[in-house]
Amino acid sequence: MNAIASATSNLAQVLDHPGIWRRSADRQPRVRALSTGWASLDGRLPGGGWPQGAVSEILFEHDGLGELDLVMPALAALTQEHRRVIFVAPPYQPYAPALAAAGVDLRFLHEIHAGSTEAAWSMEQCLRSGCCGAVVGWLPDIDYRSLRRLQLAAESGDACAMVFRSAGHAAENSPAALRLKVSNSDEATYVDVLKSRGLLTTTAPLLRMRA
Amino acid sequence: MLWACLRFPGLAFSAAFAVAPEAGPSALLDTHARQRLIATANDDARAQGVRRGQSIAAARALCPALEVRPRDREAEKRLLAELAAWCYQFSGHVSLVPPNAILMEVGASLRLFDGWPVLADRVRGGLVEQGHPHTLAATPFASASWVFAATADGMVIPERQGVVRMLGALPLTQSGLPATAISGLHAMGFRRLDDVFRLPRPELTRRIGRAGVSWLDRIRGQAADALPAWQPPASFLQKIEFDAELDGSQPLLFPLRRLTRALANLLAARDGGVQRFTLTLEHARGETTRITVAMAAPQRDAERLFELARTRLERATLPAPARAIELHADELPVFRPPVRDLFEPIRGDGLDWPTLDERLRARLGDAALRQLMVVNDHRPERASRYGVPTATTGLPRGRRPLWLLPRPQPMRPEPVAVLAGPERIESGWWDGADTRRDYYIVRTVNGQQAWAYLPPGTLDGWMLHGWFA
Repeated sequence: MNAIASATSNLAQVLDHPGIWRRSADRQPRVRALSTGWASLDGRLPGGGWPQGAVSEILFEHDGLGELDLVMPALAALTQEHRRVIFVAPPYQPYAPALAAAGVDLRFLHEIHAGSTEAAWSMEQCLRSGCCGAVVGWLPDIDYRSLRRLQLAAESGDACAMVFRSAGHAAENSPAALRLKVSNSDEATYVDVLKSRGLLTTTAPLLRMRA
Repeated sequence: MLWACLRFPGLAFSAAFAVAPEAGPSALLDTHARQRLIATANDDARAQGVRRGQSIAAARALCPALEVRPRDREAEKRLLAELAAWCYQFSGHVSLVPPNAILMEVGASLRLFDGWPVLADRVRGGLVEQGHPHTLAATPFASASWVFAATADGMVIPERQGVVRMLGALPLTQSGLPATAISGLHAMGFRRLDDVFRLPRPELTRRIGRAGVSWLDRIRGQAADALPAWQPPASFLQKIEFDAELDGSQPLLFPLRRLTRALANLLAARDGGVQRFTLTLEHARGETTRITVAMAAPQRDAERLFELARTRLERATLPAPARAIELHADELPVFRPPVRDLFEPIRGDGLDWPTLDERLRARLGDAALRQLMVVNDHRPERASRYGVPTATTGLPRGRRPLWLLPRPQPMRPEPVAVLAGPERIESGWWDGADTRRDYYIVRTVNGQQAWAYLPPGTLDGWMLHGWFA
């Protein structure tokens, strides 16, 4: 009896895996997610936000399009719940007054200063540790294999990984659960989805910012 | 009461050869005699005929490759105290019996350790792991345990009659009596302790003296043993000096492991942890290298302490070969194991932040991990600093960019539109870093939002200072 009960619960766990989609199940597969803080984005992403225990890749054309604004509300919410957020190898100095104004509790924000190989290693360690809420990395020349390692580490530590790369990598293959592209046209910033685990309800840009 | 006695026949040897493990035939010299005689030899040396009591010349003749070291009594004392520290985890009353034995009262802790067999296994297992050959015996009387530890390894006698009976069967040479008393009794034809126990007391006192009789009383439990209780010290300082200079960090790892193990033993005895310790390497001409190992939270695990010290040591650059290594820890705070929710599932590696922080620092260096704090200063470059963040006060009223450039740089190409501004920032005339700028939020031709400034009263010469990322 016990064996059957544990087997069915194991099966349920397997079927809960965000990588598995069942035609017969609800329209929305169960992706555990972290609210992005952008209502229109939450409404359109599977699970309603940044996928938890997975890598989200954010490809941006230029600095200063609002690519950080996109992730800031979720990160701020994590630090307010006293969960740690790690910035790995940011390209500029994160500016404390702006972070505080965005609602980040600076006591729970850490920055790791590292070269490119060390950065991927640090990010993996943080994700795998299980004590970080989100790990945000700027890894311009990360390859498929390292991204895959990050994906596995995020799964095992149930942390949210965000990788920022330049939009030039959009055509490459990637193991990330969610890939977004941040671009600019007509003086507004658009967020498009390139890839998403789970069903998307639209192919139009998910978000229009700074218009 | 149950007194366990541990004797370490190889203690003098281990103490003298603490720097590097002996390789090949080795022997120890007793220096207090006028003649320098072999005190102990290892198996390799014994196989070639080296014996206790030989002169050094005779031993060298038998075994030319023999490595000889003098006894180091100070090191023996330290090693015995170190072992006592380790034993302190099994008993609250540990007593040193120089030169090479330790007594501990385990009657009170038997229940805790599930009885004698389990306790004995743990003691022996731990000592074997640390590489200390030993013998162990336990009886209700400390002195009797000491006698049996030397003669009958593994003997446990719970009650008095058994002790007296087993003692009776011992030859006098193993009784622990002074040598003069033994030879006197031998001359009278006594061979075993039984014979001596049967003698009337006044008679016996006349023949072997008060000290001898009192010893016989103590091993039979007719008189109490006065045993000073060993107390763990409040700080740790230990130094190992090398016979030869050791070059590079690799050969230093063996003595380092010994030191960290000794530290861990003390920490276990004090039920404490260590958060910071210093390694000092001594080189020729009085030069020293100091390496500080600091941890985010108190630690006490031997393996962990060794790994941390080792990563720091390997990263350090040593100016010259080392002659001695010293480990010093003067703050031994109370150790609190991490508290975890019983029902909280362990994620990933299940590390807590201090452990992760240490792991990252060990590989990347201390400077690589930083936190940001807001400083109440109007000048943008001073309003954000790396440090220990506290409650945030005095945020600027204007909008600020998430990325700040390390220093402002000329903006190429020039912005195409001004979205907000100017915001005049004028401050710092008192400390020589006078700033007078008009800040604008501008848009570039690529649609980026930037934070840029102009010197007041001018319209070109845009300086880029941040990105609204």
